[in-house]
Amino acid sequence: MKHFPAAGVALKPQHVERILSTRPSIGCFEVHAENYMGAGGPPHRQLAAIRDSYPLSIHGVGLSLGGADDLDARHLERLRALVRRYQPALVSEHLAWTSHESRCVNDLLPVPYTRAALERVADHVDRTQNALGRQILLENPSTYLAFECDEMTECDFIAELSRRTGCGLLLDVNNVYVASINRGGDASAYLSAFPMHRVQEIHLAGHSARVDGRGRSLLVDSHDAPVANAVWDLFAAVLAQLGRMPTIVERDSHIPSWEALHAEAQHAEALIDTRTRELARAVAC
Amino acid sequence: MPSLAECQRNFARALLDPCLPPPGGIRVPADAVLEERFAVYRNNVAVGLIEALRASFPVVERLVGADFFTAMARAHALQSPPSSPVLLEYGGQFPDFIERFEPAAPVPYLAEVARLEWLCQESYHAVDAAALALSALEAVPVDHLPELKLRLHPSARIGSFSHPALSIWRLHGRGADFTAADIPARGEAVLIVRPQMAVEIHELSPGALAFLRSLQANRSIESAVTAALGSEPGIGLARLLRALFTAGAFAGFLGPRKAQR
Repeated sequence: MKHFPAAGVALKPQHVERILSTRPSIGCFEVHAENYMGAGGPPHRQLAAIRDSYPLSIHGVGLSLGGADDLDARHLERLRALVRRYQPALVSEHLAWTSHESRCVNDLLPVPYTRAALERVADHVDRTQNALGRQILLENPSTYLAFECDEMTECDFIAELSRRTGCGLLLDVNNVYVASINRGGDASAYLSAFPMHRVQEIHLAGHSARVDGRGRSLLVDSHDAPVANAVWDLFAAVLAQLGRMPTIVERDSHIPSWEALHAEAQHAEALIDTRTRELARAVAC
Repeated sequence: MPSLAECQRNFARALLDPCLPPPGGIRVPADAVLEERFAVYRNNVAVGLIEALRASFPVVERLVGADFFTAMARAHALQSPPSSPVLLEYGGQFPDFIERFEPAAPVPYLAEVARLEWLCQESYHAVDAAALALSALEAVPVDHLPELKLRLHPSARIGSFSHPALSIWRLHGRGADFTAADIPARGEAVLIVRPQMAVEIHELSPGALAFLRSLQANRSIESAVTAALGSEPGIGLARLLRALFTAGAFAGFLGPRKAQR
């Protein structure tokens, strides 16, 4: 059976012209919501043209769902308007905070895994889903440190959050790998504790590796390189469990040619096809 | 246990102040360096904001070089991080910061070039609207024209500078067709407008500037003409109007009810 492609990429403005003139076969394009919150101009013209031909995923990076502050009502309204305008197939945000006391620091900062934080984030997810009138997907973070006050594991926190709010999950496989190495843990163990039945989208991206002052490896979720082999392997393992799943290859820096980024999506697609066939065969037996 | 708000307040404060140590209450594996882990977040925050400014102020960067720009943008970002997560709106205060940034004092026109770039950025993201054609005024009886109020296009921005900011911008912009010898020794004024998808910059004479400023303040064509003639007695009004309509400077007009038909 021939499937529509499941794999897509993050949409980069410099690729739009090439995409519209070559009309590649690809599953989906994902954009950061905040990049399309201007009133008009070329960004919307481009996005509307892409949306005419492809499914869209809107991925927020600024809602600060993990923030202690109340959600920014103006920002939530802008997100609602964007989702209404483009009717994306998928809407997602992060388990992270980005603003505090009206200062937006523009990074996905880590949340302590406490019961109090869980209450807070669950309330923010509820409010967001109510405002948008639809389910959102929540992405697992890449982290570099943890908090002394943590009361549960990240996987338990995410599972409980998803159970309480009904939100789906976006499993970022690169984040799993980066955070596992940084934490000194095992990515496979993380994946077996992750609530896989709630996953509706997968992210892949490149990271950068360096060595800290004590000679220990430190991975940074830099989105500036092709997907690493170790992450492709983890992805294949996840697919063996999940089957076909919308998958986005992200890239935010050192943007390659359209062809090179598309090739990564095609590699993801081939893996999805193989693993899905294997899964179907296993189920049939 | 610290509250979530307390935890985030301390975290955010240390992120934006490189002199502070990492906040308390964080942990890393025993074999890792805590300061280096926190520095990843610190660096992400600074780089993210610096790159947002770099994207909006390319000519400012070319004027001072990448290293100087990075240092200046970092100083601004740490002092005035954005209040909105929509980064395409971040940078409106940067020209004022540049004006007060002492190391930039030897480049006295830098803040004005930054202002010009910011107006372009605003115009780029402004709401789309069809430009008003000059023929739209044909339906208005001639004796009603003076009372008419022309509404500027939503992407229209007007800037006036004490330095030749437009010429400097052109000289250092992409595909420069200008040489230093072309830069006049006087201030310049501009109309920036995006009637379709491309931002266009038009130089304004003193009379054209007075005319547009007057319309921008919601005055009638008649008052705008008076203002234009006041600052430039010899101005050719018919030519000015034609040029402004051709540029797509207007999106509509309001007039005496009877004039609108």
